[in-house]
Parts: sequence; C-alpha cells; structure tokens
Amino acid sequence: MTTSKIIDRSKKYANPYLSGFLLGMVLLATFYITGRGLGASGAIKSTVVTAVVTFAESHAANSDYYSKFISDDSHPMNNWLVFEIIGVLAGAFLSGAIAGRLKLKVEHSPKITSRTRLIMAGFGGILFGIGSQLGRGCTSGAALSGMASMSLAGFIAMLTIFGGAYFFAYFFRKFWI
Amino acid sequence: MTGPLIPMGIIGQGWDLVIALLIGMAFGYVLESAGFSSSRKLAGVFYGYDFTVLRVFFTAAITAMVGLLYFGYMGWIDLSMIYVNKTFLIAAIVGGITMGLGFITGGYCPGTSMCGIAIGKIDAMVFTGGMLLGIFIFSEGFPLVKGIYQGYDLGALKINEVLGLSTGVFAILLIIVALVAFVITRIVENKVKKVEY
Repeated sequence: MTTSKIIDRSKKYANPYLSGFLLGMVLLATFYITGRGLGASGAIKSTVVTAVVTFAESHAANSDYYSKFISDDSHPMNNWLVFEIIGVLAGAFLSGAIAGRLKLKVEHSPKITSRTRLIMAGFGGILFGIGSQLGRGCTSGAALSGMASMSLAGFIAMLTIFGGAYFFAYFFRKFWI
Repeated sequence: MTGPLIPMGIIGQGWDLVIALLIGMAFGYVLESAGFSSSRKLAGVFYGYDFTVLRVFFTAAITAMVGLLYFGYMGWIDLSMIYVNKTFLIAAIVGGITMGLGFITGGYCPGTSMCGIAIGKIDAMVFTGGMLLGIFIFSEGFPLVKGIYQGYDLGALKINEVLGLSTGVFAILLIIVALVAFVITRIVENKVKKVEY
C-alpha cells in the first residue's frame, strides 16, 4: 500500500533528467535572447525597493543600497525579472493545475506541527533574503546561470549554497526526517 | 541571426517584457512539473532520500553550458556579450553559506518558493514573506556589510581560466563529474530509508 502510493506519486512528476534538459534549454534560450540568465531573488528585491521608495522616498534615495536600484527613467518594478517571476507563477500554476496539485496547505513532516514548519519557513526566508543580497543572486541567478556562463562566482554560489545546506542539514534533521 | 538578440538590437526593447513573461512561464512550468514546488522533495537532496534537485540542476547547468559553447562555435551567438557575474570573493562565500542555512531551514529557494506559492503552499508564502523581510534587513543594515559587499573584487572571472583549462575541456570534466554524481546518488538513494511525502 505504502509502496504503491510512492510509485503513484513519482509518476506524477516529470523525469528529472528530462526536466533538467528542458530547464537547460529555457536557460540557453534566455541567454540567446537577452544575453543574461534567469533569476528569482531580483524580483523580490525590486518589490522591497518599490515599497521603500513608495513609503519613504527620501530614505531610499539617501541609502547606499536602495539607490543602486532606483533610476529616473524606469520604475523599479518595471524590470525584466519581475515579469519573469510573474511568468513563473503562471507557468507553475498551469503545471500544478494539469497534474492536480492545486491545494492550499502547509507541507510538513508528520513529526512537526504546521506552526513549527511556518516558523522555520519564515526564518529560512529571512536568511535567504539576506544571503541573496550579499551573494548578489540566488540559486537561479548566481548559481545556475553563473555555472552555465562558466563564471567563478556561479560555481562559488553553487558550492556554498549546497555545501552550506549539507553542513547544517544534520542539525535540522528533526524538521525533515 | 547572431545573438544575444536584445543586446544586438535584433529584437526591440519593447518586446523585452513579453519575452520575460514567456520565459518565466516555461521556467515555472518545468520547475513545478519536476516537483520543485514541494519543500520536502527539495530537502530530500540533503538527507539522501530524493536527489531530484541534483539531477535537474546539474543537467540544466550542463545543457545550457554546452549549448552556449556550441552556439558560440557555430557563430550563432557572440559569447563576449554574454553576462558573466563578477566574483566578490568573501561576499559570495558568506552570502552562499547564509543561503544554504536558509535553504535547509526554510525548505525553499526563491524560484522554487514561487512555484510553491503558485500551487497553494502556505509555507512557501511565509518563506517569501521572510525573504522580503530579509532583503529589507540587509538593505537597512547595508553600511555594516558594505566593506565585504564591495571588497575582494576579483572581476568577471571564469572558472576555466582560474583552472587554466579551455572551455571545452572544462565542460567535459564537468560532464564526467555529473555522471559520477548521478550514479553515486542513485546508489545512496536506494540505501536510504524512504520518506513519505
């Protein structure tokens, strides 16, 4: 019973090597068209910059960090990565709808409560937010796209993100297994 | 047509955002259909019960890398116009490790959390809320880390140059590393106790 459930589930997801190939082709197309790779954290940064500019314009203009992303001719939300991420939401929704995976829920190990999972998710998000700014990009923009263009920064990002997670995995095993 | 198309002026800037939307859709569709909307599936790579992340990530990086080299060789793309992100050594390492800790605690990375949100994962929504807060904290505290953020600038270095290899030789070595990793992780996955999710 348990085994058949696992098999059923694994059938619903695409073959990982095929997915990887398709993702690589999407990334190649992105380089061919735009000259740069994919990204994700940049859109979230644009959201923060827009919010700060809206509510505290002079503070944003005087800040060494926000001011890097504000220019007179373009609104901070009006950039490539924001539209790309809107597309990601639409594409993922479509895939989830076709596979019958649309469901409002908190996914967590049976050994922890939903509340614990949400606290950890929020904590992890804060760290990822900080790390992605210091590291100038996340798993998509710095690591994956950087590796494809053979940048040293891309390989450092990949090794430190995954290496860091492996290093800390032991301490957080109770939350997952 | 020699790419990259938009920097070359072959596709007008006006199409920029339409293309961003379409590329994003393909990106999101592939990630979700591979299972990247599930934090427990993503975390599997760190506990050995599901190496989907490694398979997808490595295959994608190599496909795009080899594709770029091939396009360059055929003259379909001017590789000198491809953006190579600069290496700020300490910031990259500290930032990467911070992201690693965020990954193992939060269960997502930014792109995959978007996939989770799209199919209704509340934990992914909270993760993204945390990211907004984290980016805000970083921005407000920027003067404190400005030194390492801007320092140790090695420029737009390429890894094959650092290792003293040609791009082709480096690509072949990386493919071999990937194939070995695919075999080893298959063995590990079969030995580790299955986790139901």
